[in-house]
Amino acid sequence: MKVLVPIKRVVDFNVKVRVKADGSGIDLANVKMAMNPFDEIAVEEAVRQKEAGVVTEVVAVSCGVAACQETLRTALALGADRGVLVETDAELQPLAVAKLLKAIVGKEAPQLVILGKQAIDDDANQTGQMLAALLGWSQATFASKVVIDAAAGHVTVTREIDGGLETLELKLPAVVTTDLRLNEPRYATLPNIMKAKKKPLETLKPEDLGVDVSPRLTTLKVVEPPKRTAGVRVADVAQLIDKLKNEAKVIP
Amino acid sequence: MSILVIAEHDNAHLKTATLNAVAAAVKLGSEIHLLVAGSGCDAVAEQAAAVAGVAKVKVADAAHYADQTAENLAALIHAHAGGYSHILAAATSNGKNTLPRVAALLDVAQISDIIAVEDADTFVRPIYAGNALATVKSADAVKVITVRTTGFDPVSAVGGSATIETLASASDQGQARLIGREITKSARPELGAAKVIISGGRALGSGEAYRQLLEPLADKLGAALGASRAAVDAGFVPNDYQVGQTGKIVAPQLYIAIGISGAIQHLAGMKDSKVIVAINKDPDAPIFQVADYGLVADLFQVIPELTAAL
Ligand SMILES: Cc1cc2nc3c(=O)[nH]c(=O)nc-3n(C[C@H](O)[C@H](O)[C@H](O)COP(=O)(O)OP(=O)(O)OC[C@H]3O[C@@H](n4cnc5c(N)ncnc54)[C@H](O)[C@@H]3O)c2cc1C
Repeated sequence: MKVLVPIKRVVDFNVKVRVKADGSGIDLANVKMAMNPFDEIAVEEAVRQKEAGVVTEVVAVSCGVAACQETLRTALALGADRGVLVETDAELQPLAVAKLLKAIVGKEAPQLVILGKQAIDDDANQTGQMLAALLGWSQATFASKVVIDAAAGHVTVTREIDGGLETLELKLPAVVTTDLRLNEPRYATLPNIMKAKKKPLETLKPEDLGVDVSPRLTTLKVVEPPKRTAGVRVADVAQLIDKLKNEAKVIP
Repeated sequence: MSILVIAEHDNAHLKTATLNAVAAAVKLGSEIHLLVAGSGCDAVAEQAAAVAGVAKVKVADAAHYADQTAENLAALIHAHAGGYSHILAAATSNGKNTLPRVAALLDVAQISDIIAVEDADTFVRPIYAGNALATVKSADAVKVITVRTTGFDPVSAVGGSATIETLASASDQGQARLIGREITKSARPELGAAKVIISGGRALGSGEAYRQLLEPLADKLGAALGASRAAVDAGFVPNDYQVGQTGKIVAPQLYIAIGISGAIQHLAGMKDSKVIVAINKDPDAPIFQVADYGLVADLFQVIPELTAAL
């Protein structure tokens, strides 16, 4: 069974981003970029399923600028077999990415697509669900456990939901989006990073796939949120209670 | 053109997040319809009809809506989307699961997690874990939107008198089957609706310590309990306690962060709280930069003291 793992290149999660002075967006000049953490979890899951003998091939795909090749190489170093880059300098919104991925699914015919539940830059949390809708496939978002039964043609997924956990059985083919507790991704070892350089990486353009990626949303401005200023230090419990009662008036 | 808001419920009770989503719809200024899709959900339809500002409640009652699976809900909403300029749901796990599917079926963008309405096409939403606020304008004919509940004060659950209409069900997609749910049982208020939240981090060290120290304090304050990702990952508490960028977004009157360092991903979920208290033994912990009241101390010593003194 083939698994497709879409991955996104984003600002590293440790970076404190800065809003550009002209309000046009985030300053990305000289900022460290990395694979979206949820996508690392998706790669790890696919690779583990391969190691367990359930999955036969893991194909990583990224949509975006040429530098996404680096992100794909990381996925290859973590154990993906092949990479596909849909290269474009255009701004890609989740619906456009879902359409590109649908076209890739058409070429690759995977039984399962595993991707991160959200990207930590736009925090949209849409692409997996949109892809499932466009393909007419079933979906399980926010996965914390994935059990594939290829012979029976289904996948059982435990999901993190507001009240706790829920387990769904989906007919394959299906789309699964990962939550934080699905697994702990491995680190790429040096030999695997070297090996990854030799793994196949194909580059396509949105035009090759016949997909119109024009954005539907226009960003009018980006501003910093109102700053919270640090308050005061209290000396002890008694002073804390006094402040909460008499100054903030949040406890009776 | 009217506005369709998707009701969040468990077939018996309308969830309060719906009231926040309706509040966002009110700002758009057209007639508001509330969709209740469920099974044996008459009681929910009646509660929905009482919500202030709602003109019509549309009820689709069928066995295949009982579990709120995205495939079936999205097919239903898509089938009845005609005549609506906006389709809204609260950005709960249900709303986030279903609405992008609806948007894709309609071939429109979704605008996620809005915190403000500028006009009928223009909305404000946090990006980068809330470190920036983007104002976005949609060029689509239908706006599909999830609403961050902390951005809109809920409308009143009573006082409305909407008419209730039955809606034809869409066919069962038969793609996903619910095997089971493990819902955390608690007599405490829900995190999203609580006025006071006591939140514990990695420093608690164990689930036992978390319960022994934080539950009595929460009892005294009538508070909900929350946690950092580290506390959840370590298994101290269930996953639905997590506050943050990828957990729950909360904005209570009082948030007490205990043994939490204040990583940006955690701050993303609680920095809009009215009053923040931080208790941490490290005077340089970043949580103090957003705290109104900071107490540098060992939590194992001061939490029992605090509980006793209240
Ligand atoms: C993609 C991604 C998403 C994430 N999403 C979230 C999210 O939604 N929510 C979230 O919380 N995190 C999230 N994180 C994790 C986040 O980056 C931090 O790792 C996490 O919040 C740390 O939890 P903590 O503050 O409990 O632990 P630590 O950072 O280890 O902090 C523990 C604190 O306890 C203090 N302490 C230790 N002993 C005592 C004592 N005896 N008394 C008092 N204080 C003491 C220490 O000084 C320290 O400040 C995410 C990370 C990533 C990469």
